[in-house]
Amino acid sequence: MASRAPQQINAGSMADIAFLLLIFFLVTTTMDVDSGMIRKLPPPLPPNQEKVDVKHRNIFVVLVNSYDQLLVKGKPENIKNLREEAKDFLRPRSVDDPDYPETELRKIDLLGEVWKSKGVISLQNDRGTSYDMYIQVQNELAAAVRELRDEYSQDKFGVKFKKLNGDLTKAVQKAIPVAISEAEPKDVGGKK
Amino acid sequence: MSRFKKKKGKGVVEINTSSLPDIIFMLLFFFMVTTVMREITLIVHVKPPEATEVQKLEKKGLVSYIYIGPPPATKQKVLGSEPRIQLNDAYANPRDIAEFIELEREAVIETERQLITTSLKVDMNTKMGIVSDVKQELRKVGAFKINYSTRKKTEIKK
Repeated sequence: MASRAPQQINAGSMADIAFLLLIFFLVTTTMDVDSGMIRKLPPPLPPNQEKVDVKHRNIFVVLVNSYDQLLVKGKPENIKNLREEAKDFLRPRSVDDPDYPETELRKIDLLGEVWKSKGVISLQNDRGTSYDMYIQVQNELAAAVRELRDEYSQDKFGVKFKKLNGDLTKAVQKAIPVAISEAEPKDVGGKK
Repeated sequence: MSRFKKKKGKGVVEINTSSLPDIIFMLLFFFMVTTVMREITLIVHVKPPEATEVQKLEKKGLVSYIYIGPPPATKQKVLGSEPRIQLNDAYANPRDIAEFIELEREAVIETERQLITTSLKVDMNTKMGIVSDVKQELRKVGAFKINYSTRKKTEIKK
């Protein structure tokens, strides 16, 4: 070390340099949080796929046409009622009712033997359906499943589904699966 | 140190600015950590639809984006208003998606390849036809994890 007082570097412009860097980062980066609905696509069908017969009462058919109109189980329907209908359909029942899907007793860890619905929601859209409508329908169906799970965990554990811990979450997910199947795309309404 | 000894009775007191760079650096680091680099410039107009049941996308490094929407209004005279697919920095066809996914896969290490999510950023006025084409392509190449990019809407109580 020098015995004299060390020479001082003028740090006055350091702030300016830091400001420049800061502004550079402000301009080149984005902060938006990407959110969305995460889905899993089914693997492609094998070419010689046999037709799988699903009982009529076990399917809840949702059709969306190129005019963004809904057909639920053969009846025109308003999207506002879709959530309730889907919930009604997917709710596991312990008594066999021919109007609703079949249920079966299933052993699930942590829950014991529970009634599980065999119902599947089949969603089919047209090439002319708007993306917005498609997302709304997906959203309503997802909301139906979420509300059912909430009800279920409220009933069993007294808390909402989100507040359950890891293993219980998986168990409830097993008891009430996201049973939404998307049909192979068809071109029925023509191009619009 | 004599720097800090103030001479009493003098007019203007100078503010010590030697910690200003540190403050700015702190801000800088905050921004560096919380933001991500803007990777591409959008050449399609995307206004995602709104939904209530949204999840946050984790691990941004493992997300590849496909944008679908009409060209921006200023270019519609030349390019038309039909929705188009944007991959990286250019317009693309559905059949280019296989190659795009392959390149995205090669960019990450092998153990994480299964975790790649394809985020579809689609304009809300797009027709499902083009989206279905993209989804079929994704199914063919085995990119099953997808995300429909949506804006969060708070639910209106009925």
